[in-house]
Amino acid sequence: MTLKELELTAAKGRLLGLEMVYRAASGHIGGSLSAMDILTELYFEVMKVDPAQPGDPGRDRFVMSKGHCTPGLYPVLALRGYFPVEELELFRSIKGHMSGHPDMVHVKGVDMSTGSLGQGLACAGGMALAGKLDGRDYRVYALMGDGEIEEGEIWEAAMAAAKYKLDNLCGIVDVNGLQIDGATADVMPSEPLDAKFAAFGWHVIKADGHNFESLRAAFAEAETVKGRPSVIIARTVKGKGVSFMENEAGWHGKAPNAEQYEAAHAELAAAVEKLEVE
Amino acid sequence: MEKIATRGAYGEELVKLAEEYPELVVLDADLAGATMTKGFAKAYPGRFFDMGIAEADMMGFAAGLAACGKKPFANSFAMFTAGRAWEQVRNSIAYPHLNVKCVGSHGGLSVGEDGATHQCVEDLALMSAIPGMLVLNPCDGPEMRKAVRALLEYDGPAYMRLGRMAVESVTDEVAGYEFALGKAAMLRDGTDVTLAATGLMVQRAMAAAEILAAKGVSARVLDVHTIKPLDTEAILAAAKDTGCIVTSEEHSVMGGLGSAVAAFLSETCPVPVVRHGVNDEFGRSGKALEVLEAYGLTAEVMAEKALKAMELKKG
Ligand SMILES: Cc1ncc(C[n+]2csc(CCOP(=O)(O)OP(=O)(O)O)c2C)c(N)n1
Ligand SMILES: [Mg+2]
Repeated sequence: MTLKELELTAAKGRLLGLEMVYRAASGHIGGSLSAMDILTELYFEVMKVDPAQPGDPGRDRFVMSKGHCTPGLYPVLALRGYFPVEELELFRSIKGHMSGHPDMVHVKGVDMSTGSLGQGLACAGGMALAGKLDGRDYRVYALMGDGEIEEGEIWEAAMAAAKYKLDNLCGIVDVNGLQIDGATADVMPSEPLDAKFAAFGWHVIKADGHNFESLRAAFAEAETVKGRPSVIIARTVKGKGVSFMENEAGWHGKAPNAEQYEAAHAELAAAVEKLEVE
Repeated sequence: MEKIATRGAYGEELVKLAEEYPELVVLDADLAGATMTKGFAKAYPGRFFDMGIAEADMMGFAAGLAACGKKPFANSFAMFTAGRAWEQVRNSIAYPHLNVKCVGSHGGLSVGEDGATHQCVEDLALMSAIPGMLVLNPCDGPEMRKAVRALLEYDGPAYMRLGRMAVESVTDEVAGYEFALGKAAMLRDGTDVTLAATGLMVQRAMAAAEILAAKGVSARVLDVHTIKPLDTEAILAAAKDTGCIVTSEEHSVMGGLGSAVAAFLSETCPVPVVRHGVNDEFGRSGKALEVLEAYGLTAEVMAEKALKAMELKKG
């Protein structure tokens, strides 16, 4: 895909995510918007997957460790062709299985059920370890939140991944600077993240989480690293794309009201339109 | 008669079955010498993973391995497998119905000297509370060996308790004994009362049946190695045939076998159920047999409970 095509795909994903949260009157929009470009880069460029064969044992795998961000993940899976976009309409509804947090049993394309923060990196580590045991060359990606990494299990998994030299494992931290109660710097300062991961034996790459060139280069670098796992520290903006949601902790897990929805929709739709004419 | 801790039989069986089940991998959390996975570690170093003192992480790795087709057995003490990592077992293993065998060694009071922090009397309750979880508590070496194979054949999340203390084998002495997941084994038939026991209380139930026989009471002994799903057929038959039941477990009387049996019968065939187990208390240090005795987990106390159940039956 060209950079423009990636941007357009992500813009469509943002619009779908917003619609999902508005329709369900609940859901996590802020972190979904901050992760949208990372997810798009992964599913449309980096990962070797075939939506027609979601169970292919040789496929690359993705673990949404920050599982609340289904309004980011599900639109990307739908756009990639795992299931029809219309299915997003049943997000969080009893009428379907588009669960609030990723469900690998019911949602095509979901490789791991998540939602309890802190557990995904270990699961991704297990998948990467299985790949090593089986001599398969698939890669495993795990997206974490910068609040999520306050969980101890992340660092247990970080130690283990280094011990088993899981160079087929690539973590991404969506550093949007916010969690529920406010700025991560206030709630629980976790910086310097690069030094922490490096100290745990990981190869650290820094990227701009909203720049496809930067993301592309980061993932490409990660693939060249041998003998240890990589982590991409991706700087992002929570609520990216909706001006009044950007950098506002309050938009972590809140659905917009009708008026806010109209405004947000107009902004995101304009972004799609602009990219479509370009 | 063979005398071996169920953890010992477990460790041996893992090694024995490793060739037959190439997808079997074993994880431990710095307790391989105690959980007895050390034999497997030595024989199959490429399929053994010591995850360090990080039980939550171990369960996550096991989930990922299972999601890629492996058959992981994840080991620690019952306290930490079922307790520390409970939520990882629930959310990363059971919810996606992944094929991970969560194994908790050193279950119950018979841990002995280490005392209350290590004497898990809640593991069966914790694990049974999780939807879709298979929960096992084999009573002796021969039964444990069969259970390990059955778990390898079973595709889904499971918890199995192992014991620290060496116990006599009883199941291999019983003609017609067969092991099947979810099926209680009748080790002795009787007409007056049923002793439904699990884990090392099964041997005590056999001894209690002897004590009762000397008093002219005919006791049936059920070896309930599968706590969940409960063998409702065998429990219902026991209720109908003997009219009262004693449940016996090295576990809290809340949330384990006793609760499951009482709950089931109250809805189907309400007969007296007397629960024999740990009465909402923490354990304490002592030699294993002394601790079991101090908490009344003996054949004698079980026989008394049986007489009480028979009294209740008379109304
Ligand atoms: C174990 C656990 N504790 C708490 C929560 C509730 N929770 C959901 S999202 C969230 C904040 C996450 O912040 P961050 O990881 O930075 O995510 P992002 O900013 O990308 O949305 C919390 C505390 C949870 N899902 N899991
Ligand atoms: Mg954040």
